[in-house]
Amino acid sequence: MEATAPLADVLAVNGAEKSFGAVRALAGVDFFVRPGECVGLVGHNGAGKSTLVNIITGGARPDAGKVLVDGRDETASYGIATARANGLRCVFQELSLCPNLTVTENARITHRSISGFGWRVRAEALIRQKLDEVFPGHGIDSRAMIATLSIAERQMVEIATAFSESDRKVRLVVLDEPTSSLDASLARQLLAYVRKFVASGGSVVIISHILGEILSTADRVVVMKDGRVVADRSAADFTVDSLVAAMGSVVRARDAALAAHDYTGVRPVLKRSSQGAIDFVAYPGEIVGLAGLGGHGQTDMLVSLYLAEGGDWISRKDGKVAFVAGDRHVDGNLPLWSILKNLTLTVLPDLTRMGLVHTGEEANVAKKWRDRIEVRTQNLDNPILSLSGGNQQKVLFARALATRAPVVLMDDPMRGVDIGTKQEVYAILRSEAAKGRTFVWYSTEMEEVCQCDRVYVFREGTIVAELRGADTTEENILSASFSERAA
Amino acid sequence: MSFLTAERLRLLVPVLSLALLLGAVFYLQPRTMSYTGLNLLFNLAVPITLATIAQMLIMMVNDLDLSMGTFVSFVACVTATFLQSDPIIGFLILAGCIAAYAALGVIIHLRNLPSIVVTLGMSFVWGGLAVLLLPTPGGTAPDWIRWLMTSKPPLVPMAIVASVLIAVVAHFVVMRSAIGVVLRGVGGNERSVQRAGWSVVRARALAYALAGLFAVLAGMTLVGLTTSADANIALRYTLLSIAGVILGGGEFVGGRVSPIGAVVGALTLTLAAAFLSFLRISPDWQIGAQGAILIVVLALRLALNRREARGTRK
Repeated sequence: MEATAPLADVLAVNGAEKSFGAVRALAGVDFFVRPGECVGLVGHNGAGKSTLVNIITGGARPDAGKVLVDGRDETASYGIATARANGLRCVFQELSLCPNLTVTENARITHRSISGFGWRVRAEALIRQKLDEVFPGHGIDSRAMIATLSIAERQMVEIATAFSESDRKVRLVVLDEPTSSLDASLARQLLAYVRKFVASGGSVVIISHILGEILSTADRVVVMKDGRVVADRSAADFTVDSLVAAMGSVVRARDAALAAHDYTGVRPVLKRSSQGAIDFVAYPGEIVGLAGLGGHGQTDMLVSLYLAEGGDWISRKDGKVAFVAGDRHVDGNLPLWSILKNLTLTVLPDLTRMGLVHTGEEANVAKKWRDRIEVRTQNLDNPILSLSGGNQQKVLFARALATRAPVVLMDDPMRGVDIGTKQEVYAILRSEAAKGRTFVWYSTEMEEVCQCDRVYVFREGTIVAELRGADTTEENILSASFSERAA
Repeated sequence: MSFLTAERLRLLVPVLSLALLLGAVFYLQPRTMSYTGLNLLFNLAVPITLATIAQMLIMMVNDLDLSMGTFVSFVACVTATFLQSDPIIGFLILAGCIAAYAALGVIIHLRNLPSIVVTLGMSFVWGGLAVLLLPTPGGTAPDWIRWLMTSKPPLVPMAIVASVLIAVVAHFVVMRSAIGVVLRGVGGNERSVQRAGWSVVRARALAYALAGLFAVLAGMTLVGLTTSADANIALRYTLLSIAGVILGGGEFVGGRVSPIGAVVGALTLTLAAAFLSFLRISPDWQIGAQGAILIVVLALRLALNRREARGTRK
């Protein structure tokens, strides 16, 4: 390609907006990638990175805005097929290989053009050559089934598959947390290859929670927050500290900065050691936050806390912990049941006389909780799905609060809940905590984490920081969530 | 990588259990160790093997076909009536059956329906159609099918030749061909296949159509052996085919299937019935005993799976 003419952007997104229900994931984003450029994309949970990547790869359509490929407006027909036809590839954060197929066979899935007689030989040569090129000395057998490979090996295969070329030239590769399961030396190999690929005219978008990696690899860094691009500058203009500062926001100062309690001598209600240096403890009447980027071990911690207190076989009448699920469609609602039955599920042992449910008492309990947390419904016998998302979530809260359990575990329960309901729930939590209940709250939203008395920040499966009282600020949480480790 | 890959280890259990059963049958009744003996022993395995492959193709895309038995019965009825009297209409009906299977795959995918429900419903449709066609047992097998099923190739009996042929063809289509990879990919990780730009609807329709084809062949070969048909002739095939797939190393979900294993599994199930008759176990106990054999083999499989899982967690 001649370098004299101004090069059109390989891909550009102009004014993209996208909402999921009440949640505005993208609020008008301008994003572009030039040929021969590596763009780093950073932002905290819910900043809109994943949604933007989804729009770039054609997996989702923007509600408004344009998608341009090489300067051509492709918005109308843009989809997975168009994206692929234009040489765009993506390595997703979660594994997107077929575990039941071999490395070679997975390469065939990606490359439609490798077909007909002798495809196996061609696919194998292609993937082996790319693996050797990106990760020299990788030691992966291309005939091995993916399910038999380690997590790191799978990620290497996925990356090599994305960079491999058959009929079309690969022009833009989106790497979403590509080094999350690679060790330092493999990560170095990958980043070196990215630089080589970029030097030869390709483009890369890299998302990572390791800021050192972004700063050393990317030419330009785009910082997102609350569905917007808040900074877009050359990587050389950023330092780790200034990046963290750019990601942060002016979260409303808390009404009253909570003083750090002194719990010396108080017996904790829950205790759990993590692999890291800091152990988890929770004291009565406390709201403990679990923070950090999504999927860094917070849910695992909640589940292990729950399983440690309850048996698999025998349900205890006086359980110590109650659980509020995050994904209410999957883990929370019983979609065919009424609001009442959904609400009283956890307290049924208390309402049972000689193996039968006392329906009068059940109705009383449900009514009491409807009034306390203000579930907006005329009739508790309506199906749970007749409620709005926020009210459904309230019912799930009531289900946990109605128990006598002194500890309530919450797995990011406010996802997709409107702001008004959130405020109501915060107030309920505060009043319950004042009565001596303990809450362990995993949240991906900074505002919620800042409501907590004490916060544990997770990174890569372990607790990396404990913040209390006035230290629970967005800035401290951000800098603990993102590793500074240089590549 | 060693010779004993996970896939080969998986195949070892069904192959060993088949060998063990065969040895036991030879020991109990040495006369079966002959051309005629083997043919008699495995004759009925041919339609079961074909039905098992059909079921395997459905299980490959994470679905389950509960109408296999009634569908094969219906095909048998068509074969013994229309295919015999009006071959053109007969073939058209059978082609329509395959198209119906493809359509089922499309409906199940597009409407996101559980395949168990849809095929359970279809089993009544096929069963009803079969009764309409042949209210009482009857009909006759077309001569050419009869000739095919009673042919005597030199050295190796027809049943063995047919089983090997079925295994080789199915292995080639499912495990070696380029399109077979995509079909198995749908079972393994539908989203990744979709992200690579493939049409999952088309893939599922193809898997169902292929299953329909093998099930049609099962019905035709069955009539070739029995000479006449009956609306309830193959009801056992639903569960036999599922057991055969699992016995042969397949999984209910995840696109992990093995055509060679499925054929071996179907042969093992047929042989288990013969083995029990040779033991002079009363027919009342035979089904229970067959179940016991299944449980033993599956327990072995489970033990191997655990070993495999431990191997992966490095």
